[in-house]
Amino acid sequence: MPRLTRVAVLLLAVPLALGACKKKPVAVTPEPVTPATPANPPSNNPAPVTPVVDEAAVRRAIEAARSALLQTIYFDYDSDELRADSRATLDDKLRVLNANPSARLRIEGHTDERGSDEYNLALGRRRADQAKRYLTDRGLDASRIETMSFGREKPAASGSSEEAWAQNRRGEFQIIAGGAELRAP
Amino acid sequence: MYFAFISTLHLRGCADVLPVLPTHMIARVRALVLPRILRTAIVGALGALAATASLAAQERPAGVSLTMVYSPGKRVAIMVLPVRGAAGDSIKTIIERDLDYSDRFQHVPAIAAPAPNQPLNYALIAQAGAAGVVQGQLLPSGWLRVMLHDVAGKKIMKQDDFPLPTTVNTDGWRLGVHSISDQIEQWITNEKGIAATRIAFTRDDRIWVVDSDGAGARPVTPRGMSPSWHPSGRYIAYHVIDVDRHRLVVTDVVTNAQRSLTNEKGALDNSPAISPDGRSVVFSRSVEATASSTDLFVMPFDGGRPTRISVARGSINGAPSWSIDGRRVAFNSDRSGRSEIYVADADGTNATLLSADAFGERGLRTDPSWSPDGRMLAYASMVGGSMQILTINLRDRTVRQLTSDGNNKSPSWAPDGQHIVFSSNRSGTEQLWIVDVESGRPRQLVRGGSVSRLADWSPRLSNTP
Repeated sequence: MPRLTRVAVLLLAVPLALGACKKKPVAVTPEPVTPATPANPPSNNPAPVTPVVDEAAVRRAIEAARSALLQTIYFDYDSDELRADSRATLDDKLRVLNANPSARLRIEGHTDERGSDEYNLALGRRRADQAKRYLTDRGLDASRIETMSFGREKPAASGSSEEAWAQNRRGEFQIIAGGAELRAP
Repeated sequence: MYFAFISTLHLRGCADVLPVLPTHMIARVRALVLPRILRTAIVGALGALAATASLAAQERPAGVSLTMVYSPGKRVAIMVLPVRGAAGDSIKTIIERDLDYSDRFQHVPAIAAPAPNQPLNYALIAQAGAAGVVQGQLLPSGWLRVMLHDVAGKKIMKQDDFPLPTTVNTDGWRLGVHSISDQIEQWITNEKGIAATRIAFTRDDRIWVVDSDGAGARPVTPRGMSPSWHPSGRYIAYHVIDVDRHRLVVTDVVTNAQRSLTNEKGALDNSPAISPDGRSVVFSRSVEATASSTDLFVMPFDGGRPTRISVARGSINGAPSWSIDGRRVAFNSDRSGRSEIYVADADGTNATLLSADAFGERGLRTDPSWSPDGRMLAYASMVGGSMQILTINLRDRTVRQLTSDGNNKSPSWAPDGQHIVFSSNRSGTEQLWIVDVESGRPRQLVRGGSVSRLADWSPRLSNTP
């Protein structure tokens, strides 16, 4: 549920941002279930902010960048491999991070409740580390990413259903520096 | 062969309680233990009473002993008489329950206690089916005089006076009564009971402690999980999760004073286990630079620098458990793919894979716990899509499945080596359960809405608060 809601909010935000600022589209998080599609080609042009752009549009673009940084990624059972949708989400984060050299993230790995509670702490850490490596392998300075794990200790969804477990096997992202002066890519 | 039988039955039938084993099988499996528990009690009277006993035995369930000779698989039929005095009812109830929870006795409902200084009516008690009678008498000093009667021998077999705190129903008072139960069990079976123990566990991100009979559950730390008792019973090491680190803390359960064991930004320290000599702590740790690896570290209990004893190379090594001699450590590792149980020397060398493929499932074996006699490991394993508690015999590697209902994790042995506490969601939410290894009989230790898990059974406790 939270995931779907978040996607819906982002999709709503896109046309507004596009219509208002007439720039290249800001980084948009694709629907997690589909692999990265060419619908949102990566933009290498940092958007120059011109004085004529209205402030609301800028604010929306910044919020979209923030949303991209905070977008959660999901994992399969007992796996730390990055799924296609997770890699696309990380690509979006990379664009925002490259446009914001002072921004730093903490990646928090989480697991579902199954298996050993203590093993799950290590598994969550490994998930966070996989996401970090994806970013650093693409040129991001390792000092800009911290990793942590909470295993099964902080579930996003309660209950013991497949749906709840899928929501809980995730990597969450916290902005630990540079969040106040974020710029859209 | 017997183990295989049990396992098959469980996978198919999903029975919650393991069947009580045929006595001759237990006798064979446990033959080595028998000479030790042959007792002095009633040898002379046996012949004369043989006829009566066998007659009565036909009316008793199998596995109940009508003599005061205990042997594994045979429960001694025992009656606890009402105790006169203000605290008498509580004392009788606690001792009766302790003896029941020991899984070594068959409870026989009490008849009325004799008037003070009057002898027991042994004939009446024999008719009720009891082989032994516990008679308690509160003395003017506040002490409890306990007499253990041998019904067949028509005499007092053991007697002693026990101190009790004056304030009834405090933690210390209950522990005092539990200690009496343990002494009674030792009089009969030659093995001290485990009533005077506590179980530390994790609930609502705090460490809780509960008596072995489920009474007196209370939080003892403001935060934390994964408790490990110090062999003195005075301290508990545990794990605290902060936003940017996982650290280890020790609390003094008497004074509630706390001190840090580890506290490093970016470190993920967890699963502390204090060594049997109380001097070292082994735990698992991952650090930021090599975050996909989780290694085992050892450090002094009094504080100091942790030393890495495993070489993870990207694998997860965790949930360590000391052998009783402190020379080896069991742990889970996924170095060969999925998580399996390994045993290594305490310095990390000579790591060997212990768990073999069992029940047709590969891997996902975790949470080893070394038995107090050093001969067994209990652990959790995925069986048929759910987590179950198993034991493996370290000598012949026979595997035995102890649970089959729900998901069961984090086993920890009682100091008697006969009971295991673990968490299970069989009742809906995850709660703590205890299983008697010999009979497979389960009981729920704690109840209540909150999830209770990650338990550690204390050593035997003396009359400390």
